[in-house]
Amino acid sequence: MATLWISFLAYPLVVLRINTNTKSLDPQWSRLPILAASVFVITIIWRFLLKRRSYLRLTKAVNEASGLSVPKATWLTTVAKSRYRRKLLVVLLVIVAIIPFVSTPYTVNIMTTALIYITLGLGLNVVVGVSGLLNLGYVAFYAIGAYTYALLGYYFGLSFWICLPLGALFSTILGFLLGLPIIRLSGDYLAIVTLSFGEITRLVLTNLGFTRGPRGITNIKPPSFFGLNLNGAPKAFLVEHFGLHPVMDLNRLFIYFIILAVVVLTIICVYRLENSRLGRAWLALREDEIACQAMGINRTRAKLMAFALGSTWAGLAGVVFASQITFINPSSFSFMGSIMILSIVVLGGMDSIPGVIIGAAVLILLPEQLRFFSNYRMLIFGALMVTMMVFRPGGLIQSVREVYIHQASDSPPEPRPVVATPSTMDQEILND
Amino acid sequence: MDFFFSLFMSGLTKGSIYALIALGYTMVYGIIALINFAHGEIYMIGAFIALIFTMHLSAPPVSMTGWTLLLTVAAIAAIYSGMYGWTVEKIAYQPLRGASRLAPLISAIGMSIFLQNYVQLVQTSNFLVFPDLIPQIELPLSWAKTLNRTNFIILIFTALSMATLTFFIKFTRMGMAMRAVAQDPTMAQLSGINLDRVISVTFIIGSVLAALGGLLIGCSIRQIDFYIGFLAGMKAFTAAVLGGIGSIPGAVIGALILGFAESFAAGYISSSYKDMVAFIILIIILTFRPGGIMGTTQTQKV
Repeated sequence: MATLWISFLAYPLVVLRINTNTKSLDPQWSRLPILAASVFVITIIWRFLLKRRSYLRLTKAVNEASGLSVPKATWLTTVAKSRYRRKLLVVLLVIVAIIPFVSTPYTVNIMTTALIYITLGLGLNVVVGVSGLLNLGYVAFYAIGAYTYALLGYYFGLSFWICLPLGALFSTILGFLLGLPIIRLSGDYLAIVTLSFGEITRLVLTNLGFTRGPRGITNIKPPSFFGLNLNGAPKAFLVEHFGLHPVMDLNRLFIYFIILAVVVLTIICVYRLENSRLGRAWLALREDEIACQAMGINRTRAKLMAFALGSTWAGLAGVVFASQITFINPSSFSFMGSIMILSIVVLGGMDSIPGVIIGAAVLILLPEQLRFFSNYRMLIFGALMVTMMVFRPGGLIQSVREVYIHQASDSPPEPRPVVATPSTMDQEILND
Repeated sequence: MDFFFSLFMSGLTKGSIYALIALGYTMVYGIIALINFAHGEIYMIGAFIALIFTMHLSAPPVSMTGWTLLLTVAAIAAIYSGMYGWTVEKIAYQPLRGASRLAPLISAIGMSIFLQNYVQLVQTSNFLVFPDLIPQIELPLSWAKTLNRTNFIILIFTALSMATLTFFIKFTRMGMAMRAVAQDPTMAQLSGINLDRVISVTFIIGSVLAALGGLLIGCSIRQIDFYIGFLAGMKAFTAAVLGGIGSIPGAVIGALILGFAESFAAGYISSSYKDMVAFIILIIILTFRPGGIMGTTQTQKV
């Protein structure tokens, strides 16, 4: 049934191809059986997965109701939440650090992009995942970072290392200024205002004179390594002793390690932030604003902080991006960019750091892997996004709320250390 | 003064097309609180279907002309888009009912990417010339100075669809059910309204209006490609929010404001700033009226 339906739907678009040269319709009947066959197979798989999903839900509900077993987390979530996660992260870091020495420049480039998107994802996660403010113009802050470096480098010859903090600072300030008027908007209104802000930023960059409009800025310098020419002697040394790929551009390699450092820094900062007083306030605000205000949390302040701090990472990533790609123009920062970053956050699992990392890896590396399908890759990509959401709406790694246990209020009776109990104190006093 | 009037008319035309698309956004949002990103793609598909069937029907075996052609093509495009809207809802949104708010949003984005690439693959990524479908009609001479026949037909079409929609929402059983679901889905279900059916009908109506928008924009701009849905969708969404999302008259007013703003900005400032003016107006209005023009700000209760 579904096959017939879809084939009927797709018939005019697929079969009747418009021929632009002769301005007539060009029937392509051979496409129809292929279409029908693929739709048939996909429908069967889809049905099966849907059945399985509802079965799983049912068993879960029954188990929970009868108290038989605790809801089981999937293996990905289990791994991400196990006590080995720190060690796992370190191992992952080492692997990622070794990669450039055993692979091609192409891989390094893709990996750099993936790492940039991890930073962006982690930053947006603070805004969307943790604080629940839907920001659809995140790419604007990324653009601010990139243009900070490009313009300051172009007009004043400022170096990468000065621009890195400056880019982050400008983004933060801009995030704060934008946040001021709009933070009291709720949910989707906030989304559309941030979206328009992103578009305005892009249009301003396109139309202003000193940003050189759509031509963009070319020849952005790579970061300097204490004034050393990395492609000279150091390269020969690395190629000889560490098995580096001979055509590798060492500046690119350097950028790779810079962004790796930025990612590590981001992970640490975001982790600490989430478990700070402010981070808990964000979580609480996301769940229930009114209760929060009743508990004395300053709503406006907390939300503004989330907005501004989230933008900081975009600024950092932007500076690195400009130095990696050496050419930027406004069209690098379209609405699709914001959507991409948002997809990373949601696909990976909201409010979960390992989730964002995996989400970025999947979304950036997957289209590269799908190059095998050439033209079909974005088609498959879109379909995969829908499938992911239908079957795992919580993202790849569902976040588990951190449990804070207050040491003194452990209810199960445990043999307490004798020092602080009232009885011993009494005795001590008596002894005195 | 003539310049002003021609800008006014072009703003009105543009605004009414935005309104047709914005209605789809606002109705879907009103009922299931979802920003339907794939809506712009439905509009694009509507334009493509219209083009394909125009070529099909105006060619020798059938060779229709004039009003018959325009109306037949409009009907076919509307029906097909309605079916596309229905299918998209069944595949991408219905399984996600009850999930968190962002999951259907991402699913919608995925659907939008899918549909864009689907049309690009099976058709072409080039611009296609859209034939002039508007029949030759004689306008009174005093109007003809500012209003050409394309704009005239667009206005008539839009006004008719709005009137039909208003009638449908206000006076039919289904319309009443839709209003009930928009107010309180749970309560509506308890009083015997089939939620799934209401949602399907909403998607179908939205898609039909979008397809009409696609057909009309094709007639007025005279070229289409697979990417037109994106910008139009974004503008229409902006219009819907501007008027207060979820409110039907709000969407129309928002769309008209947007159309006028763009057209006047293009005429008096510079055409490269016209998109910016639209967005700036949006930010200003939302800063002072956070619920949109016709929207109601709800007071939250514990």
